[in-house]
Amino acid sequence: MIKRWGSLELGPATREAYGRALAELGAENPRIVVLDADLSKSTSTSSFSKANKERFFDVGIPEANLVSVAAGLAAGGFIPFASSFASFLVCKGHEQLRVCCAYMNLNCKFVGSHGGISLGEDGPSQQSIEDVALAACLPGFTVAVPADEVATRALIRAAAEHEGPVYIRVGRPRAPRIYASGERFSFGRAKTLSDGNDVAVIANGLMVATACRAAELAERRGVQVRVIDCHTAKPLDEAAIAMAAEETGAIVVAEEHLVRGGLGSAVAQVAARRRPVPMEFVGLEDTFAESGTPEELFRAHGLTGEHLLGAVFRVLERKAQPGTT
Amino acid sequence: MELTTPTDADIATLRRRAQRIRRDVIEMLAAAGSGHPGGSLSAADLVTCLYFAVMRHRPQDPAWVDRDRFVLSKGHACPVLYAALAEAGYITRDLLTSLRRFGSPLQGHPDRRKLGLVEASTGSLGIGLSMGIGFALAARLRRSPSRTYVLLGDGECEEGQIWEAAMFGAHLKLANLCAIVDFNRLQLDASVEEITDLEPLAAKWRAFNWHVIETDGHDCRRILRAFADAEATKDAPSVIVASTVKGKGVSFMENQLKYHGAVPDTPELIQQALREIAAVPAHGEGP
Repeated sequence: MIKRWGSLELGPATREAYGRALAELGAENPRIVVLDADLSKSTSTSSFSKANKERFFDVGIPEANLVSVAAGLAAGGFIPFASSFASFLVCKGHEQLRVCCAYMNLNCKFVGSHGGISLGEDGPSQQSIEDVALAACLPGFTVAVPADEVATRALIRAAAEHEGPVYIRVGRPRAPRIYASGERFSFGRAKTLSDGNDVAVIANGLMVATACRAAELAERRGVQVRVIDCHTAKPLDEAAIAMAAEETGAIVVAEEHLVRGGLGSAVAQVAARRRPVPMEFVGLEDTFAESGTPEELFRAHGLTGEHLLGAVFRVLERKAQPGTT
Repeated sequence: MELTTPTDADIATLRRRAQRIRRDVIEMLAAAGSGHPGGSLSAADLVTCLYFAVMRHRPQDPAWVDRDRFVLSKGHACPVLYAALAEAGYITRDLLTSLRRFGSPLQGHPDRRKLGLVEASTGSLGIGLSMGIGFALAARLRRSPSRTYVLLGDGECEEGQIWEAAMFGAHLKLANLCAIVDFNRLQLDASVEEITDLEPLAAKWRAFNWHVIETDGHDCRRILRAFADAEATKDAPSVIVASTVKGKGVSFMENQLKYHGAVPDTPELIQQALREIAAVPAHGEGP
């Protein structure tokens, strides 16, 4: 699929798209129940609770209880979607995700809201920089970060259909529209947004739009970028990654996340195993961020299109050196 | 049986079952060479009453959707659960000696995927009451009469998540949820009183708006009355704070820290344990 990106218009935040998708699912399927941890307006689970009071449970702030109650509901035959901010859900609730949901392989769905540093001014205690890594550590979990409204709706619906535990990260700010309404998604099937054989830029979430921007800038300098939206961190689309490595010979991975343990690490393992190529990683380098607007934070922490372009040219330099990877 | 008016014969039957379960606990732990006798034995009478008098369940239909559910939150006591399942006919007795063996459905802590008869894979203390809330809510949503019973350890009540669940369960007025605290007063490193004194434990649960029933955890008549009281309570979840003896039924294990997670290490000790368990009369004085 070839995409002409131009300037991407802003659509609603992926957290809003989540709320709407939940409301739809709630009307269609009486087994869907929703839980929140006192953040229902922020996470948009209030879109579900308005019409489905009996099937909505606000457990209050305790995230450990949130996760285990959801597990009990799943074991009891329902399909729970449970939310809080990604940082609290996955960090505070991690052991419960591990022993209740992953170990029992229960059919519960967790949506971490306000993921990444684009949460902004509230600061690092609330900003998840490790949720994808931690969620992907859980055996049997499906882990995804949708880029826009269309992707979110599709992946939330896919989560409801999927048998097994799922973690999806959504974000606070409005998200650039990447996909046309009706675009179909499956877990583990990455989306190639542009042809290009000089370098592949693999990204997820808000970084997909950033990758498109970088690709546009690169194209002006004669570099053809293959942009891949690798929305699912687990299971990874190994075929797409291997093909990108084979056909482009250089990969940059960009994520709104620590560079360690998230999408970049996972992609690197696949490339190392199947088709080693020079790689660069764009993300947070072993640091928390701070208070600021999303734009300021992305500039300060290397997550802009310009930073991504820099990574593209660094990896191309390494690709050009014979005998090295 | 009617929980408030069991006959002497009913009680005698329960006591015999409890002793068979204790015997099976010792035998399976001896075969495994590792595991947790103390907390399994302290819970034996409570678990016997649950499986053979209190809970509505169908060994011939284990997946009966309206069954009462038992969550062994103190998952290390799984030998007593496995023994109860064998006594009830869910599994065969000869499976019991496969405890903890590689490939066995009887894992070192309950594993729901390997043994579908257990409702929750427990072992990490503190999560079972929250899961119990999930089951109780599911029953409420389905308009099912199913009740959920969660057995907690006393040391386990040190875990913060227990109190998260306690607050929330009471807030929801989950009358179909009943917790039981196996209050044997010992944990692993020392007594509960020495590590983190829980007293006043009953008062804590009352402060969290639970209906609290205190009982002797080895007196079947009193235990049944406690469960009847819980079932009759319609406006709050109930907790039965059961005073028990860790290692109950084996003289050299009773009130000993050593036997929290260690199995008697000589055949002579095993035989002594089995003799003492066999010698307890079903009728007569005492619980």
